[in-house]
Amino acid sequence: MAHGPQSGFSRWLYTTNHKDIGSMYLWFSFAMFLLGGCMALVIRAELFEPGLQIVQPEFFNQMTTMHGLIMVFGAVMPAFVGLANWMIPMMIGAPDMALPRMNNWSFWILPFAFAMLASTLFMDGGAPNFGWTFYAPLSTEYAPPSTTFFIFSIHIMGASSIMGAINIIATILNMRAPGMTLMKMPLFVWTWLITAYLLIAVMPVLAGVVTMMLMDIHFGTSFFSAAGGGDPVLFQHVFWFFGHPEVYIMILPAFGIVSAIIPTFARKPLFGYSSMVYATASIAFLSFIVWAHHMFTVGMPIAGELFFMYATMLIAVPTGVKVFNWVTTMFRGSMTFETPMLFAIAFVILFTIGGFSGLMLAIAPADFQYHDTYFVVAHFHYVLVPGAIFSITAGVYYWLPKWTGNMYNETMGKVHFWLAFIGLNVTFFPMHFVGLAGMPRRIPDYALQFADFNQIASVGAFLFGAAQLVFLFNVVRTVMGGRKATDKVWDNPEGLEWTVPSPAPYHTFSTPPAVR
Amino acid sequence: MRLSENAKLTTKLLALAGSMLVFAIFIMPPLYDAFCEITGLNGKTGSRYEAVPAAVNTDRLVKVQFVANFNGNMPWAFKPSVVSMKVHPGEPVDTVFLATNPTGRDMVGQAIPSLVPFKAAEYFHKTECFCFNQQALKAGESAELPLRFIVDPDLPPGVNTITLSYTLFDVTEKFTRNLDNNNADSEREG
Ligand code: HEM
Ligand SMILES: [Cu+2]
Repeated sequence: MAHGPQSGFSRWLYTTNHKDIGSMYLWFSFAMFLLGGCMALVIRAELFEPGLQIVQPEFFNQMTTMHGLIMVFGAVMPAFVGLANWMIPMMIGAPDMALPRMNNWSFWILPFAFAMLASTLFMDGGAPNFGWTFYAPLSTEYAPPSTTFFIFSIHIMGASSIMGAINIIATILNMRAPGMTLMKMPLFVWTWLITAYLLIAVMPVLAGVVTMMLMDIHFGTSFFSAAGGGDPVLFQHVFWFFGHPEVYIMILPAFGIVSAIIPTFARKPLFGYSSMVYATASIAFLSFIVWAHHMFTVGMPIAGELFFMYATMLIAVPTGVKVFNWVTTMFRGSMTFETPMLFAIAFVILFTIGGFSGLMLAIAPADFQYHDTYFVVAHFHYVLVPGAIFSITAGVYYWLPKWTGNMYNETMGKVHFWLAFIGLNVTFFPMHFVGLAGMPRRIPDYALQFADFNQIASVGAFLFGAAQLVFLFNVVRTVMGGRKATDKVWDNPEGLEWTVPSPAPYHTFSTPPAVR
Repeated sequence: MRLSENAKLTTKLLALAGSMLVFAIFIMPPLYDAFCEITGLNGKTGSRYEAVPAAVNTDRLVKVQFVANFNGNMPWAFKPSVVSMKVHPGEPVDTVFLATNPTGRDMVGQAIPSLVPFKAAEYFHKTECFCFNQQALKAGESAELPLRFIVDPDLPPGVNTITLSYTLFDVTEKFTRNLDNNNADSEREG
């Protein structure tokens, strides 16, 4: 068993090693992050001034659609799966993932899915242009021919996610080292266990909704076509039944990462471990009964509006428990502010801002004003960029020395942090204001009074983009060399991953460790 | 031992995923339809109603308004012959919509009803409606499309105005395709 990796490309093609697959997921995700980021910059460049200057409206719509799809399915989700691959076996004392061959599959179908999705940009009629939420009938009757390829790529991504989720559940339930009881598992493992169940529950619903679109487009059914007795509103229900749990799929693992980092740099154990577990489980449960808060304006009876409004607000309670626990963990800790901690603290603050704007949107009568404006864009970017993206970045800085055996450059890390922090706030904070003032989302041109804030937002976006190049440079440099990291890397961090040497050998925990 | 545990778990989880797919495609749409029918939610009115003799409530007058809309670029002319009428609950009422196909080609249209307020939907019965069928009009042809309805005497007291709107869809392509498939089911739920 104890042999090293094969050499050359076939190492990556045939590998069943969780560390190799984790690295591939992370690199793939970063590539998609840059691609989706370039699309965002096209959007922001066009919105720098009112009027049309750089792209045509048709292409603009393709950019917003592809940006959303690539960031959600190509950047955020694979990054979390990559971290899960790397860290879960090392955190629970397992030699590898439970189903290593399926693991190889679930990664390698992804590049094909995204190649197919990206190729729609070059097809007749252009790429999908109906927004990442692809509401019917815009995505059926009025869609470009490339939609069929979009549908197949979603099918493949769904298959990949489901396989990844099954693998993670099997690893966590069947491969824990003796003594690693469920309530001893690190929170990253817990949040991923719950996320994996969410994935298995809702990715098939996404596959179902695109399949119904496929049948409406090609086989004459009328699921979403009013002319044939269907109903476009049904589309929104099915989509958001997937969509809302999906947004929690993108944030629960982030909670786990932050819960690992904050105790290390506050030098105190995590406050309220078990309440964190229960809060995660209740968020996951509640995420299934709030979907129609995305649809307050479709014409629901008052009872429905009220139910979804209160259920949505209820989610703020377990979320608040978490924020409270993080803050309390830091309280009177002997804190230091290395790069992972900076990102984690920014996560806590900025994610909370996103939670508050979510609460504003959850007020059904107020949402009639906010819906489909830039306020919604501001809300979800505050929960996704400093939420999901910052947590992933924090996780990479935190574990990179363990993966590579080398310390990253701390100064460059801090530069990255401050550029990203400033860039993102400059980009997304003004969007609250233009949104409240009534600027609709997904438009290539806008009324003159929104010009100043849009200009500011565009400047911020390019700053944020530049910051990511610093990150890339820092990571590449660390992979190639640098100051050697100790086995513990940080000052007394908690977890089995810190008991193996740095860099982590190709095979770890071939014999299960003793768990206290 | 461990392998078979993994296999068992994988099978269970795959079954869960499979059942969610079935749930999305085969259960959610009918569930949604049933839900809408019970609550009147999307304003769809029911299918053909068999008239039962009922007392006409001559004390009460309900205003019924008719609206005609077009989906997309549907080129037909289409409008109610009477825009608004007052009816007694329980009495059968006849009216017509007027449709013309001004184009140079034979076309098929389908009218889809929607009714507000939603809570009135289940008290508005159609015993005859052009929306139960697709309407084929030859190039340049016009037609009177009949509608016969009864407002249920049990209509909740607060409702004094009912607005029935029809959206006309161009289903020429779909209709010809269905003909090819030999399943031009013309009786449909409106
Ligand atoms: C306290 C927690 C939250 C509440 C109360 C909340 C509430 C809402 C509401 C009501 C909307 C619909 C707004 C509209 O379209 O008019 C919305 C949109 C959205 N939320 Fe949240 N949210 C919360 C947390 C999150 C989190 C954690 C994420 C993801 C990490 C997220 C991602 C999104 C996204 C992506 C959309 C917009 C989807 C679209 O239309 O494109 N939200 N949120
Ligand atoms: Cu939601």
